[in-house]
Amino acid sequence: MATTQSRTLARIMLFPSVILLLAWMIVPLCMTLYFSFLDYNLLIPGNNDFVGFLNYEFFLTDPAFIESFFNTLWLVGGVLLITICGGIGLAILLDQAIWGRNYVRIMVLAPFFVMPTVSALVWKNMFMNPVNGLFAHFANWLGFAPVDFFAQIPLLSIIIIVSWQWLPFAALILLTAIQSLDREQLEAADLDGAGPFSKFYYIVLPHLSRAITAVILIETIFLLSIFAEILVTTSGGPGYASTNITYLIYTQSLLQFDVGGGSAGGIVAVIIANIVAIFLMRLIGKNLED
Amino acid sequence: MLKKLSILASVCMTLSTVVSAETITIATVNNGDMITMKELSSDFESKNPGINLKWVTLEENILRQRVTTDVATSGGQYDVMTIGTYEVPIWGKQGWLKELDNLGEDYDVEDLLPAIRSGLSVDDKLFAAPFYGESSMVMYRTDLMEKAGLSMPKKPTWEFIRKAAKAMTDKQGGVYGLCLRGKAGWGENIALITAMSNSFGARWFDENWKPQFNTKAWHDTLQYYVDVMQEFGPPGSSANGFNENLALFQTGKCGIWIDATVAGAFVTNETDSEVADKVGFALAPDMGLGKRGNWLWAWTLAIPSSSKKSDAAMKFISWATSKDYSALVADKKGWAKVPPGTRASLYNNPQYMSEAPFAQITLDSIQSADPKNPTVDPVPYVGVQFVAIPEFQGIGTAVGQQFTAALTGQMTVKQALASAQRLVERAMRKARYPK
Amino acid sequence: MANKNSNKSKIIYTLLAWTISGMIFFPILWTLITSFKTEAEAISASPSLFMFDWTLVNYSDVLNRSPYFDHFWNSVVISVGSSLLGLLIAIPAAWSMAFVQNKRTKNLLMWMLSTKMLPPVGVLIPIYLLFRDFSLLDTKLGLVIVMTLINLPIMVWMLYTYFKEIPHEILEASRMDGAGIVEEIFHVLLPIALPGIASTLLLNVILAWNEAFWTLILTAANAAPLTAFIASYSSPEGLFYAKLSAASAMAIVPILILGWFSQKQLVRGLSFGAVK
Repeated sequence: MATTQSRTLARIMLFPSVILLLAWMIVPLCMTLYFSFLDYNLLIPGNNDFVGFLNYEFFLTDPAFIESFFNTLWLVGGVLLITICGGIGLAILLDQAIWGRNYVRIMVLAPFFVMPTVSALVWKNMFMNPVNGLFAHFANWLGFAPVDFFAQIPLLSIIIIVSWQWLPFAALILLTAIQSLDREQLEAADLDGAGPFSKFYYIVLPHLSRAITAVILIETIFLLSIFAEILVTTSGGPGYASTNITYLIYTQSLLQFDVGGGSAGGIVAVIIANIVAIFLMRLIGKNLED
Repeated sequence: MLKKLSILASVCMTLSTVVSAETITIATVNNGDMITMKELSSDFESKNPGINLKWVTLEENILRQRVTTDVATSGGQYDVMTIGTYEVPIWGKQGWLKELDNLGEDYDVEDLLPAIRSGLSVDDKLFAAPFYGESSMVMYRTDLMEKAGLSMPKKPTWEFIRKAAKAMTDKQGGVYGLCLRGKAGWGENIALITAMSNSFGARWFDENWKPQFNTKAWHDTLQYYVDVMQEFGPPGSSANGFNENLALFQTGKCGIWIDATVAGAFVTNETDSEVADKVGFALAPDMGLGKRGNWLWAWTLAIPSSSKKSDAAMKFISWATSKDYSALVADKKGWAKVPPGTRASLYNNPQYMSEAPFAQITLDSIQSADPKNPTVDPVPYVGVQFVAIPEFQGIGTAVGQQFTAALTGQMTVKQALASAQRLVERAMRKARYPK
Repeated sequence: MANKNSNKSKIIYTLLAWTISGMIFFPILWTLITSFKTEAEAISASPSLFMFDWTLVNYSDVLNRSPYFDHFWNSVVISVGSSLLGLLIAIPAAWSMAFVQNKRTKNLLMWMLSTKMLPPVGVLIPIYLLFRDFSLLDTKLGLVIVMTLINLPIMVWMLYTYFKEIPHEILEASRMDGAGIVEEIFHVLLPIALPGIASTLLLNVILAWNEAFWTLILTAANAAPLTAFIASYSSPEGLFYAKLSAASAMAIVPILILGWFSQKQLVRGLSFGAVK
């Protein structure tokens, strides 16, 4: 029904966003690409010679690279798993008739508003600190030796903190989705004698699939570049046990000030992000469209 | 008419003061002494009515990134930067800092301690003024030492420290014999372990810039560190830096703590420390090889070349590092809180010496450190607990991560050293050493 | 019988829901409570939930130490400014995607979202150099621009999902009445889409408020928002739990209150059209 005129107009209206995003993406990206072929360290002013693929060679053969690649996958995967499973559970619970649901919802939503730096600081110091933290006090009270979270289970500790921040997001989207579920369908299933598990598996879960894909998509975008939580708690250690790719690039760019190496890492990360993106779009784009 | 004129005149006056008022931006670390400086800075503003101060107070690592990025790209965001003895010689050589050639007539540059001053000069030009200087020393609990039936020598050995730590440890009672830095970072655990390794006869590089982590001296150092910390250290020590250990010591959880001499003022301060009257001091330990395990560091104030307000910035630096400032702190906060370790005159002040029980040992420690000649075997670099090359921040922190992994038991001492050796070799190859 | 049964299950579900949500909320509650304790009580081995001497000393310490209200104001300007600017750019784009769809619309949307997956550290140095050359370092304007660009994809997508749900018939009817494109947007589309626009605005204010990478790198004294304020507490100085709690509370409470007031719109907006 769209006329030629409105098509042209649509293009014009799209123009600012596309141009701005293109510029925001292309200009720094081109500069990064250019830097990645130079011997360029901010701390050592010099000629910035062209060195070919040397920066890429060093970045990809760095033992830290493989480890941080898998840490990135674990981090994203772990948080997705916890927030989606926990989110479904919470959503089903909050969908029941309960007293004070509004207050419950307010409490569940709260962590989403907390600055990542603040939540990492609070968890690190007031809860997970093995001497003065609340968990340590609790363990001592029970007579156990306190867990030294960031030394013994660094990556898992970060997954816990990040999951806490993202659980509200997943839970509330899934709750909204569950509330739109057709009740008659469930009643019909009741009449057919379906148990709670088969009801969940055959009716609730398929109904939630769109919402779940949306959660996966949005969370992945944010989780791939998790940074503040790692910086505040473990600084990527011990060893490289909690270094993800974003953090690895950070150490090259802002600790070694190796612009060449950091840029090469940045380009590698962009490629990885794009692979993930294409994969997600295929998987999810379809699901979102119908 | 006259009234109008006078109004006009007063408007002009206000305008002119507005025009001449300059605002300088000061970037500083969130350490106690700097917080005090910020508190007292109204004194500077009242003495210099044309200058307003804006403060950027940040945690050490974040601050370092921001000022380094700014100075290396001539961003010009800051007029005064708080930087350490590691940065000053490197940045001074690059021409990134303004020479401090106009600190005022009564500034008395000659009064600055030679060990500190030489580290802040390039070709005899002063590029930064020391705000406070520090070395490291042994702090211990006299009551626990007595209970253990031991007495701390003035110049202990590492073996004695191990013995004392063992005797003082009472994990049931929440007392840990030895607290040392464990948090990974070139200014954290690497500062301590590198200074320690000097006394064990180890070095980062030989004369040809070859990394030396595959030597026995390094193995002994790291093995000792890991052993004592795992046996007598507090839980969670892999996350402990200066501030965390300070909190532990102040609350009575540490028997011995080896760290910066500035801590002397904090652990003997009765309002913050529960053990203020039970603290003893000794020089950093050694192994009888001629070098002690103490470092040398100073937090300094410097002006980046990109600053457009260097005159006002110079005035501020002169104020903050002057003798008058020391007197001001003494007046407002007490002598014990005066920033230590920068001026000889402070240590000739009988009142300071009597009110600060840690003063003499601080001076002795600072004077015994030799950045130009830090190790038993010769080295091509300057710096006691660091190597003054631009690459060190990166490799120091990466090596620090390996050592932390050894401390938490995720790697053996051997593995950690092998991996440190590998990564430093890679980094040096990339930076094309020897240069 | 059935009624009794459902009452019983209501009690059980209520208890369970309150317990779990209480656990999720507890870290924030604990931070708020600790901010009113003295430092010694804050690290006590037998911590108390309410039975202690409430004090405001931490708040006054924090206020004395840093210019909280300057940081607060910067946060407000940056987050609200960037969200408004973003809306201005995103609404036309989302409108044209939603109402003049073609084959490429989907790909365009996905491409926009994928720009958010770039790790910011990778392009840090180029951006810093550009900012220096345009004199945007440590200015609110600079941060408004960056925040707008960072959140633009999310805004376009959220608005697109809202606009798509508006029945085309309404617009066509208004066109029949001879309404021009401008009237179409302002008089027909906007009133219907207002809730969607509001929730987009809210979500972006929150995202911009909490952004802690660019806001830290690109500011010094003049434009530094609350993320920089909290960064001066990220390493303990002796006993510091109570002060840290007070500073944390001051950084998060404004946005927490805003979020709570607008939670209904927010939840709706967050679902990105996945939930109808």
